Amino acid sequence: MVQYETTFIVDPVLSDGEINSTADNYIQHLEKEGCTIVHIDKMGLRQLAYPIKKRNSGVYYNVEFQAPSGSLIDKLELAFRRDERITRFLTVRLDKYAVQYNQDKRDGKIGAYKRKKQAAAKLKAEEEAKNKPKRAEKPKHKPKPKPAPKVEAPKVEAPKAEAPKAEAPKAEAPKVEAPVAEAAVETKSDNAENQDS
Amino acid sequence: MASRDDIKFLSNPNIGDNSKKYCRFRKFGIKYIDYKDTEFLLQFINEQGKILPRRLSGNSLKYQRKMATAIKRSRHLAMLPYVTDLLK
Repeated sequence: MVQYETTFIVDPVLSDGEINSTADNYIQHLEKEGCTIVHIDKMGLRQLAYPIKKRNSGVYYNVEFQAPSGSLIDKLELAFRRDERITRFLTVRLDKYAVQYNQDKRDGKIGAYKRKKQAAAKLKAEEEAKNKPKRAEKPKHKPKPKPAPKVEAPKVEAPKAEAPKAEAPKAEAPKVEAPVAEAAVETKSDNAENQDS
Repeated sequence: MASRDDIKFLSNPNIGDNSKKYCRFRKFGIKYIDYKDTEFLLQFINEQGKILPRRLSGNSLKYQRKMATAIKRSRHLAMLPYVTDLLK
């Protein structure tokens, strides 16, 4: 089994559904031929460095797969050539270092990608922190109309006042954790960062 | 008359110590150059998008070749331009 990597650019003028279906079409084609798909990277809409077919942007896809034989690459590329929706494609055979590199990239061990992953993780944590209080508020609003007697109302309100206090530390927690994780990674990645600079 | 201290700065004091160039791939043990990582590849091309020679980049022959193929692949996929001005 040899590992290959194919990158192709899909015409951005198509609708989202069509773009996805073209990509899925090729992925299914590979699976039919007996390939095992290692990883599919949707790189998304990117600006082209120069216009191709009078288009200035394209939707990039990168598929990493293990193929039983090299002959199916010809079939794949022929299909790419015949397809008008594909503006560019490139298939590359990966050596062992490339396989290792891609694995490390996915694990977030490589400098530039590590920073991206951390940023994504931070955003997620912040979003979760934002979403948490929202979810907690919804059930609180519902009991409001239910209690008809006036005497019970203050009892229901009391836990409301307490609840936000309890939630506040939850929201702060991910922020506190994030810098610690960064510091730990930064010390490890001193070498990796030097490589970039 | 100029004193001894003034004369010292008439020529560039750093001119004597030339720091030796090195191959960063060998030094940091980078075995694979990714053609999708354009930010990294930008270090090896000039403003017009030309590949820098070994004379300037200091790469060893093996990695200069790998780097050049990575840049060419990247150009084919329109991640880097073939020709431009004021790239950086």
